[in-house]
Amino acid sequence: MKVVVVGGGVTGLSSAWWLARSGAQVTVLDKFIVGWEASGRNGGGASHYQSPLFEEEQRLWPQMDALLGYPTEHSKERIVIAVTEKQLRQYHYIAQMNNDMGYRVDLLDAKQSQAAVPLAGENCLGGMHYRFGGHANPQRTTQAYAWALQDLGGKIVQHSPVSGFETSGGKVVAVESASGRHECDALVVAAGPQTGMLMAKLGVDVPLASARAEMIVTEPAPMMPLGGVDGNGLYGRQTLRGNLAYGGGPHEWIEVGEGGPTARPTSPLTRNLARRLAELFPKAAHLNVIRSWAGVIENTPDGRPVIDRMSDPENVVVATMSGVGFGLSPASGHAVRDLVIEGHCTFTDIAKLSLSRFEGIGADWREARGWLPIT
Amino acid sequence: MHRSDPHAIDGKLPAPSARYDVVVIGAGPSGLAAAIEAAKAGKSVLLADEHPVPGAAMGNDVPLFFGGRMTTATLNAERMIETIFISEPALEVAMLAGVEVQLGTAAWAVYRNGPALASLPERVVGLADASRAWLVGFDELVIATGARDLAIGFPGWNQPGVMGAAALTMLLSRYQAFAGKRVLFIGSHDLALETALLAHEKGVDVAGIVEVRDAPQGSAELVQSIHAARIPIHTGDVVARADGGIDGVEHAVLRSGLEIACDTICLAIGVVPSIELLDAMGGKRTLDPMRGGFIPADEPAIRFVGDCAGLPDTGFDHVAYRMEWAQAFGAVSAPDTIVCQCEEVTRADLIGVQPPNYLPRPDAMCARSLETLLHDGPANPDQIKRLTRAGMGVCQGRRCRDQVAMMLALEAGKPFGTIPLATHRAPVRPIPLNILADWEEGDDMRAGWDVWFGIPTQWIPYRDIGTPREQQHQDAIGGNMSL
Repeated sequence: MKVVVVGGGVTGLSSAWWLARSGAQVTVLDKFIVGWEASGRNGGGASHYQSPLFEEEQRLWPQMDALLGYPTEHSKERIVIAVTEKQLRQYHYIAQMNNDMGYRVDLLDAKQSQAAVPLAGENCLGGMHYRFGGHANPQRTTQAYAWALQDLGGKIVQHSPVSGFETSGGKVVAVESASGRHECDALVVAAGPQTGMLMAKLGVDVPLASARAEMIVTEPAPMMPLGGVDGNGLYGRQTLRGNLAYGGGPHEWIEVGEGGPTARPTSPLTRNLARRLAELFPKAAHLNVIRSWAGVIENTPDGRPVIDRMSDPENVVVATMSGVGFGLSPASGHAVRDLVIEGHCTFTDIAKLSLSRFEGIGADWREARGWLPIT
Repeated sequence: MHRSDPHAIDGKLPAPSARYDVVVIGAGPSGLAAAIEAAKAGKSVLLADEHPVPGAAMGNDVPLFFGGRMTTATLNAERMIETIFISEPALEVAMLAGVEVQLGTAAWAVYRNGPALASLPERVVGLADASRAWLVGFDELVIATGARDLAIGFPGWNQPGVMGAAALTMLLSRYQAFAGKRVLFIGSHDLALETALLAHEKGVDVAGIVEVRDAPQGSAELVQSIHAARIPIHTGDVVARADGGIDGVEHAVLRSGLEIACDTICLAIGVVPSIELLDAMGGKRTLDPMRGGFIPADEPAIRFVGDCAGLPDTGFDHVAYRMEWAQAFGAVSAPDTIVCQCEEVTRADLIGVQPPNYLPRPDAMCARSLETLLHDGPANPDQIKRLTRAGMGVCQGRRCRDQVAMMLALEAGKPFGTIPLATHRAPVRPIPLNILADWEEGDDMRAGWDVWFGIPTQWIPYRDIGTPREQQHQDAIGGNMSL
């Protein structure tokens, strides 16, 4: 079976890798370089308990280095610490919500939090310890999928934006791209912000809006026993090198054309991130910020993924993770593989992630949410 | 019905805390001249210069390649400000003309609206001193950040005492705080000869000049002066390694076998225009080998003057000259010669595109290299930097960015410049979290802050979607998985 995957981000590459493991002949087309957009520049979190893919994600992450053959920097578990009473109340609710689902979260008092998080300060009021989840290095992991795919005989064609599709008998039979025409028995579209525009060429409406979000990184700090520490309105991680890489805060809605994002600028929001990180880790407040960066992320109207196989053309699977793609990637690729090969997801129910939930959504859904670029 | 997204950035970025008709970054000759001219024309002018830079930053070779050869006098900021005023009389002229001069003040970013960014109230430049950071608005921004050292590694370059010509000039003439006694110069174009003569004038013992080409490259006049000063020039040779002890360099060994005692080796092959601010704001740059490398393009309200706009074109191809040095140093280097000092990335690891040494290297990983990566398409330094970590350290890549670009070009067999330079990012100077932080942010920023997008339905557990519990969770956690 020949499969073309459009999009060399983490979701497309994981899908391609899973398909290649099942013996498919896979070609991934990317407009530029694998992992160049949000897949390679995110917080690296891998703890998404809200997702139906969560348990599969949790099962797979500890095995990914071995399965892929390349290091991902995966590290287990997370701690979230509060510096305000409001945060603490919310964390307690989330802990309870998880414990109700059977996912163990331990509450930490102020002292326990400060002991578990050496960079925390006297302002830390308490927290919670996820006995699941973790984090990994986004760029390294995305590249690992790409290399592992190649090791299985899959092809990656970079610098090859897709311009159109050829259909016949209710199926997509070929993909037109800058690198020429690629024939296929099945098509996977996992092209991030461009997913909607590509699917529109097939007459399928995938409502998506794109936004820019920012992160900062410091010079290395002394290693904490557990690097996946969030809180105070921030997500991020201490990398295995020691750097503190954190994001959060307001996003900017932007328009993205068929060619993808044209720029990924940061803004003075860097200073607000610095403030919150200094509050989260008072003992690291003297550390230098050495970089900031931004990424462009697509969202569906309800913020939940779409992982679905179309009815017409019937050999097309679409996958957008709505801004939460990296951590779930080991499992999202498995789900896409199942949809392509089996026609349904074999390991969990993903019916609520189908595209049909947006049927009849008004053309003004972005206006209704205020998800519009600044004019 | 149109409503606004409370978690979007719209209207939340603050107005600058100060505003001037003209802001000039860099108090070298070009910046001073621009500031004085604007003040004489009746404009309100701010002139900011990062010198004296904090001792910790100097120790990390920010912004110049000081190589640990500054005296402890540089730790006394007040004394350094005095010294800088004494060594640059034009600063007083500027102040008398009405220019507001802020020394010890670094520019770390320029922000303006453009593609994918429309949320700024106006164009601003970010400044920071030793105690705070702030944003300044302007009608015109003049960037006069000069040129910075071009470092190219060779065995032993990663020890105290290997430094750059711009840093040495700064320490000798502005700071009067050079700690070395005997200096060997690498390179013989005008920059090297001028710096060697300056050192000689200031009473530093100049051990010699090493030139990879067969003849000195500088002007006849400068070469004449070097001969007059009895400074030996070793042509057709390169420094093959630097040996030293706990205090750094003690002597250099040339490819010819000649051993030269020195406590400092000054890399004076070239300087590159300091385009970090332009680059970090996504401005346009072009490669001009005759003018020192990548040079910036002016844009509305922002202009570049002095060396940061490009070195004077004297008909000398700086890029070709550097590439010859890079090739020669490559030939005398070993696989374990360090390229990126901050992250301890070796030549072999860079060319092998291998991960840092705290990660495992399974067989599949070891089989990967720049060569296999090139099969996928043209090399991109930002991709290679994230995989190898070369250029990701606290010096922000100033020590290795250019040499990595040269090495990649040599390895890929492509002309320099066909492979892009890795990008700079704001803040273009390392700035501590508690200084960069906005401690006076507005209420709307505070109220609208969210971890991710603040979409109420995003974090509802899958099994609860479509059940009464969905609303309960939304009410309790709002649009965040954790605040």
